[in-house]
Amino acid sequence: MLRYILHRLLMTVPTALLVALAVFVLLRLVPGDPAQLMLGDTATEETLAELRAQLGLDQPIAMQFLYWLGNVAVGDLGRSITNDLPVLPLIFDRFQVSASIVIVAVVLATLVAVPAGMLAAWRQNSLGDLLIVGGATMLLSIPSFWLGLLMLLFFGVKLGWLPVVGYVSFGEDFGRALAYVILPIATLTLIEIGVITRMARAATIEVLRLEYITHARAKGVPEGRVLWRHALPNAFAPTWTLLGLILGNLLGGIAVIETVFTLPGLGRLLVDGIFARDYPVVQGCLLFVAIMYVLVNLLVDLLYPVFDPRVAAE
Amino acid sequence: MRVRANAVIGGTLIGLLVAVSATATFWTPYDPLRINLRARLRPPTDLFWLGTDEFGRDVVSRLMAGAATSALVALLTVAAAVILGVVIGVLAGFVRGWLDRVLMAVNDTLLAFPGILLALGLMAVIGPNKWGIILALGLAYSPSVVRVVRATVLSVREREYIEASRVIGNSEVYTMARHVLPNCVAPIVVLATSMFGWVVLAESALSFLGLGVPPPAPTWGNMLSAARPYLDQAPWLSIAPGLCIALTLLGINLLGDALRDKLDPRMGAA
Repeated sequence: MLRYILHRLLMTVPTALLVALAVFVLLRLVPGDPAQLMLGDTATEETLAELRAQLGLDQPIAMQFLYWLGNVAVGDLGRSITNDLPVLPLIFDRFQVSASIVIVAVVLATLVAVPAGMLAAWRQNSLGDLLIVGGATMLLSIPSFWLGLLMLLFFGVKLGWLPVVGYVSFGEDFGRALAYVILPIATLTLIEIGVITRMARAATIEVLRLEYITHARAKGVPEGRVLWRHALPNAFAPTWTLLGLILGNLLGGIAVIETVFTLPGLGRLLVDGIFARDYPVVQGCLLFVAIMYVLVNLLVDLLYPVFDPRVAAE
Repeated sequence: MRVRANAVIGGTLIGLLVAVSATATFWTPYDPLRINLRARLRPPTDLFWLGTDEFGRDVVSRLMAGAATSALVALLTVAAAVILGVVIGVLAGFVRGWLDRVLMAVNDTLLAFPGILLALGLMAVIGPNKWGIILALGLAYSPSVVRVVRATVLSVREREYIEASRVIGNSEVYTMARHVLPNCVAPIVVLATSMFGWVVLAESALSFLGLGVPPPAPTWGNMLSAARPYLDQAPWLSIAPGLCIALTLLGINLLGDALRDKLDPRMGAA
């Protein structure tokens, strides 16, 4: 068990370093001089040279990477070009908005989708299975930003129940804040139900074919207990891995949802950064989300033995 | 039975997409780019079946032209990802040694980014245009092809019939192309089918964000993005393009399920 944890932790270090290198290289591919971009066209040659020295741009590229990596290690992601604020606090601020929506949506979706998928698998090829799989495939096919627009159209414009534009933080006014996040959360929940249901169904079908299930049934264990106690733990393991991937993908793709619902989240920060050519912000967001993705998957792997103890024993 | 139904419905939807895209290359009811400010935001009528947008352009014509753009971008992207993935996967799996290790390290790093995030980062560098998307999404999705191809190559390269091909004097390249690669075809077809769906979705998401195909060229994504401000005034603008994306994805998902069930019948309707 301890060996499994140590091994998995050690594997994360080179991945994180390579991710950092990839982000660094990517942003160096941007045409143009970063110092010129920061100071604009009116800058004199001396101020440009000064800034280049300050940013370490006059150093060899390998040194620049190490210098940048050193700064990243102590939490210095530079300053935004547009508003001169330090990037990391900006990211944390926006991340809270995105993370709260994504996490609530994934938890809600799992609570609905895992039982639905198991039910479909339990009565494979029945009418109920057909309806669940059909519904899940339909949900899977709807683009999140379109579902969001439809939700706004129905609950915001037609019924007028919920606000169409804006955001209030939970610290300011809990009730109003809730009104702004209900629709984004509902949208993401519905979309993710599709993926998770299909995964839970496939995993349960595999498990229900195994001999220990037949054995339990032959002993006269009631069906409810067979599903709940015997099938669920093993069927949940692959779904658990999928949840890690979903979380990461949602964080990467959250920008569209934040655009539909005009939420000040991390995705919007990244996209606005791209439009404004605010490269410290773009670099910081890319690095932050990629590292989050690596960490979420690390956490998923570390907790995996809880659901499937065979993994750690190997 | 279910496999059949999936294949028929999925095939019909994708067939429709292909037919509409092909038609749009030489005919649309109106010019999808022609601005007519006197006919702004018209609701659906006999003249304009799905209404007009904020510049008075015909929505049906723009949807058709958008289908052609989306389908073309998705096809070229999948082709790029598959070609890149096969070349790198074969190299890694066949040459092995340090080259394999370096290639797989880079590959796994790219896999450590969620696909859409990598595409966003690349679009920041390349700038929004049609070829940029193909390049960005092709690069973002090729690592999964590399994995599949390399795994297949590694699993068959030690088989007797590969050895036999070498012994009778066939070159490495010939052996590779004739005896190893055909084993990759089935998994690649399944992967490429789902990938087509991911790319359609990713392209529309990027265009929706304003980082995809730039206006005035219509795509389903940038039509939805333009429709957002007119949600209460002209709701029809928000409905049609999204429905097109959803039906395309549904077709791809059903077709993908049918293909997978065929290749892995255990999961199917037995």
